[in-house]
Amino acid sequence: MTKWRKPDEVPFLRLEGVVKRFGDFAAVDGVSLDIYRKELFCLLGGSGCGKTTLLRMLAGFEQPTAGRIYLDGADITEAPPYERPINMMFQSYALFPHMSVESNVAFGLKQDGVARVEIRRRVAEALELVQLGPLAKRRPHQLSGGQRQRVALARCLVKRPKLLLLDEPLAALDKKLREHTQFELMNIQEEVGITFIVVTHDQEEAMSLSTRIAVMDRGQIAQVGTPTEIYEYPKSRFTANFIGSINFFDGKVARSEEGELTVTVPDLGRDLHVRSTRQLAIGSDVSVAVRPEKIVISRDPLDLPNSVRGKVRDLGYLGSVSVYRVELENGALIKVSAANTRHSAEREVDWDDEVYLGWRATSAVVLTE
Amino acid sequence: MSGAASEEPSGSGRRRAFWLSGRGLVSSIPYLWLLLFFLLPFAIVLKISLAEPIIAQPPFTPLFGPDGSLQATIDNFLFLLEDSLYIVAYLNSLKIAGISTLLCLLIGYPMAYGIARSPRAIRNILLLLVILPFWTSFLLRVYAWMGILRNNGLINNLLMWLGVIDQPIQMMNSDFAIYIGITYSYLPFMILPLYAALERLSPDLVEAAEDLGCRPWKAFLTITLPLSVPGIIAGSLLVFIPAVGEFVIPSLLGGPDSLMIGRVLWDEFFGNRDWPVASAVAIALLLVLVIPIMLFQRMNLRREGA
Ligand SMILES: Nc1ncnc2c1ncn2[C@@H]1O[C@H](COP(=O)(O)OP(=O)(O)OP(=O)(O)O)[C@@H](O)[C@H]1O
Ligand SMILES: [Mg+2]
Repeated sequence: MTKWRKPDEVPFLRLEGVVKRFGDFAAVDGVSLDIYRKELFCLLGGSGCGKTTLLRMLAGFEQPTAGRIYLDGADITEAPPYERPINMMFQSYALFPHMSVESNVAFGLKQDGVARVEIRRRVAEALELVQLGPLAKRRPHQLSGGQRQRVALARCLVKRPKLLLLDEPLAALDKKLREHTQFELMNIQEEVGITFIVVTHDQEEAMSLSTRIAVMDRGQIAQVGTPTEIYEYPKSRFTANFIGSINFFDGKVARSEEGELTVTVPDLGRDLHVRSTRQLAIGSDVSVAVRPEKIVISRDPLDLPNSVRGKVRDLGYLGSVSVYRVELENGALIKVSAANTRHSAEREVDWDDEVYLGWRATSAVVLTE
Repeated sequence: MSGAASEEPSGSGRRRAFWLSGRGLVSSIPYLWLLLFFLLPFAIVLKISLAEPIIAQPPFTPLFGPDGSLQATIDNFLFLLEDSLYIVAYLNSLKIAGISTLLCLLIGYPMAYGIARSPRAIRNILLLLVILPFWTSFLLRVYAWMGILRNNGLINNLLMWLGVIDQPIQMMNSDFAIYIGITYSYLPFMILPLYAALERLSPDLVEAAEDLGCRPWKAFLTITLPLSVPGIIAGSLLVFIPAVGEFVIPSLLGGPDSLMIGRVLWDEFFGNRDWPVASAVAIALLLVLVIPIMLFQRMNLRREGA
C-alpha cells in the first residue's frame, strides 16, 4: 500500500478551488488537489491547458483569482515568492548568464545568509549529485543543454526546499538522455526526499516518473490517480484518449448483474461483456473502452467472452510490437497491438487476413463521460 | 607536408580572396567609412595642428617648406599646457559632461526599464515618444529652454504668480542651465541602448532570483543591473562623448564663466583665426576621450577572458 493512501495522512500541499483568469479567459478553472509528502506528482496535459499557470501560482509569481493554497498547514496564497519554501525549475532554466555554475548554485544559499564554509560544502555536494563537479567554474553559455538543465536542478535542490516545482524539466533533451535523466531524477528524489511536482506533456514521462498523475484539460483536473489507475481505469474518454491509445464502442447497458455489465453495441450488432462494480441504470448510454494491447488477434476463432471478426487493413511494425488496424464488418477500425514473439518472416497475421479479435471481460472499462 | 601545403592557398592569397568576395566587400564598408570620415579628416586636422599660423590663405604654414624640408612643430600643443585657460576648459567640459551623463543615466534608466516592462502593444508608442523631439530642430528646442528658464520665463512667472517667490530665480546663463540643456537633449541616446539591453533580459531571470529568496530590490541589484551594464556603458558613451565637445548648448544657455572646450575651439577658429591652435585643441580633446575608452575596453576584454 502506498504512503499517500494512508487514510490518516494529512496532505502536504492543498489547493482549494484555485482559479486564474486572464481577462475573461480562465487559464486555471477551479483546481482542487491534495499532494502528500515525498510524492513525485506529475501534471499532465496538452499545450495551453494551464500547467505552467498552475505552477506559477504555487511558486508565487501569479496571484490566483480565486481559491486558496496551503503548504504544510499554512495559507501561502498571498505570500511573495521569496518567502515560500518552494523552488521552481524554469522551463527555460533561467540560469544567470553572468555567473559561473558554482555561483548560480550558491545564489539561493547566499540570499538565506548561510555561512561561507557551509555554502561551499553544500554547493560542492549539489554539483556532485548532478555530476557537474568538474564544470563548476564554467559559465552557462559554455554548457550543453543537458548540463544546463542539471545546473538548474542543482540550483533548486541545494536550498532543500519543502516543495520543488519542475516545469517540463526534460523537454529539451534527446530521447536517450531524457530516459537517463528520468532515472536520475527519481534517484535524486529518493535520496533527498523532497516533494516534487513535475509538469510534462509527455505521457510516457509521466507514467515512468510519478507516484501520481493529474491529467489536466482546459484548466480543469480531468482525473487524479496512480499511473496504473489512470491507465487501467480512466474515468472519461478524455483521459483514456490522452494516456495511450484506446478503442471505444458506444452502446447501451442491457443487463447488470454480479459485477458484470452487458452492453449492447448497435454498430457491432452484438453484446459486449465488461466486468465492472459500477451501478448503472439499464438503458443508459455508455462507452466500452479497450486498450489495443488487451485485444488478442488470431486467424482462428477465439474462446473469449468478447469476440468480433474483421480484416487486417494496416500493419505497423515497431520492432518489439506490431500495431494492426482491423476493419470490422460494420466498417469501424479497431487498433490492436501485439508483441512480436516470432521473427517477422514467420508472422502469423498479415495484411488482408481475415482475423478474430477477442478480449476478456476484465480487460475493458465502461465510461459514462 | 609540402604536398598538403601546396594545395592550401597561402595566407595572404586567402586574405585577398576574402576581401574580393561579396562578404569581404560588405564587411569592408565600416572600414571605408572610418577611413573617409574619421581617419582622413583626423590626418588633416593633425597636419594643421603641427603647423604655424600665418596671415595667408589658408592661414597656416604648409607641412613641407619650399625646399622640401618638413616643417612640423609641437609648439601649439605646448601652448595648450602653458595657458591654464585650456586645461580649465577641458576639466570643466569633463565635469559638465560627466554630471550630465550621470543625470541622463538616473533619469533614463527608470524610463528604459518602464518601457521594457510595459505591455508589448504600447512599447513601440513609448519608444516613439522618446525619439519624438528629434522631429523638431535641435536649435529650436534649446531656444525653447531659454523661454522656460529666463528671468521672465515660464518657470519664474509661474512661481511668482503662485507667490512662492517674489524675485525671479537666475537660472539662465549658468551651469545649471547647461545641465538641463544637455540632459534634455541627450536623454534619448541614453534611453535607447538601455532599453535594448533591458528588453533582451528575460523576466524569467528576475523571477528565478526571487524564487531563490531575493527581495525585488535585491533581485534588481544582483541580476537586472549587472546584466544591463553593456547598455549603461553604450548609453553613457553616447551621451558623454558629444557632451564634452558640446558647443551650442553652453553658448546659448551657459554664462560667461561656464567655459567649455567646444567654445574655446570656436573662439580660436573663428575669433583668433588661429587654425593650428584650434586643431591642437581638437586633437587633444580626441586623446582625452579616446585614451580612457581604450583603457576601459582593454580592461573589459581582460575581465571577460578570465
Ligand atoms: N499572462 C497571460 N495573459 C493571458 N493569457 C495567458 C497568460 N499566461 C497564460 N495565458 C493563457 O493561459 C493558457 C494556459 O497557459 P499555460 O502557459 O499555463 O499552458 P501550459 O499548459 O503550460 O502549456 P504548454 O504545455 O504549452 O507549456 C494558455 O491558453 C495561455 O494562452
Ligand atoms: Mg508550460
